[in-house]
Amino acid sequence: MPHDAHDHDGHSELSPIALRVKALESLLVEKGYVDPAALDVLIDTYETKIGPRNGAKVVAKAWTDPAYAKWLKEDATQAIESLGFTGRQGEHMVALFNTPEIHNMVVCTLCSCYPWPVLGLPPVWYKSPPYRSRAVIDPRGVLAEFGVTLPEKTKVSVWDSTAEVRYLVIPMRPANTENLSEEELAGLVNRDSMIGTRLAGRVA
Amino acid sequence: MMGFGPVKPEINEPVFHAEWERRVLGLTLAMDACGLWNIDILRHTRECFPADVYWSVPYYDLRIEAHIKAMIARGLITEAEILAGRMQAPPKPVKAVLTPEKVGPVLAKGSAYIRATEAKPLFKIGDRVKARNLHPEGHIRLPGYLRGKTGEVVRYHKAHVFPDKNAHGKGENPQHLYAVRFKARDVFGANNDDELQADLFEPYLEAA
Repeated sequence: MPHDAHDHDGHSELSPIALRVKALESLLVEKGYVDPAALDVLIDTYETKIGPRNGAKVVAKAWTDPAYAKWLKEDATQAIESLGFTGRQGEHMVALFNTPEIHNMVVCTLCSCYPWPVLGLPPVWYKSPPYRSRAVIDPRGVLAEFGVTLPEKTKVSVWDSTAEVRYLVIPMRPANTENLSEEELAGLVNRDSMIGTRLAGRVA
Repeated sequence: MMGFGPVKPEINEPVFHAEWERRVLGLTLAMDACGLWNIDILRHTRECFPADVYWSVPYYDLRIEAHIKAMIARGLITEAEILAGRMQAPPKPVKAVLTPEKVGPVLAKGSAYIRATEAKPLFKIGDRVKARNLHPEGHIRLPGYLRGKTGEVVRYHKAHVFPDKNAHGKGENPQHLYAVRFKARDVFGANNDDELQADLFEPYLEAA
């Protein structure tokens, strides 16, 4: 199974894994297990429709609407579903609110559980051994690798997502944003801030 | 577990890094809709690869290889057919084939894991609990680093499908699920007040 990591898609030569997946796809289609048109819709859904912009809308609404923030704290699944984000890998949601006292950060040490309806597919680092192994034992060291240093008095609270409950971090609203609209605020919510490995704001 | 080096976030990371990764996502989600297995069976299949493979093979490779293993185990395909890229034996019947119109509704529905159970929860929020020292041969969702550690129940998630049974096709056997908070000081000897939580099923816990 290990193979040359180089990928030559788009060129004449395909890597061994690309060839294997191509052969598998032909086989599954020929056997009638897979409808190729459904594949295209699935891929397009996660590439263009379901992604961290969804989560950013949840966060911006929580920043601007105290009643919504309260609902999100009490029943995140319903509150998030009310914005149209629901389903696979986000059936049971919990929202974690960051404050000056507590900084929440989410990991799945056992696999790579992640709230798909609000954040889309997880980034490579989230699924990789360095993050999965160190987020629990050295969260401040991991945060430093994202360029984040928290005050010592801020408690780091790591959530190891070991079952089907999915966690969404609600980062703190950046200072001096009182005059921004909900939509403008959503633009400040980067994906990693909703995992808890960054603060809200534009990523340089 | 340590020694994997620094976390390397990629700025403006694309959703996929190669066309074959796109195909893997599509193929695996489409096969999941055939009604052949559950999420726990697949996780267990993935975790049964030898450790050196499991910890070194990139995500999408492991994802497709686990599905291949599950498909071969159920007689849907053979390794020879993959190598040939052609059908050599007739297909096995599957419960459903995902069509383009069904993709939206199937993804939006997901599959809920909360189940009703008559058993009353043994623990409540605020209770002190100790993670049992369990080392089963089969599937389990108790992280090794928490075995024997004592923490506090901070959330009750209701009863959920129990992966330890579901992964082996032994039924859903719902169990109460709790978020338990541990002090980083107690688990890892940290010299600060940081804390960590894990979602733990009732059979993993005893009163402390």
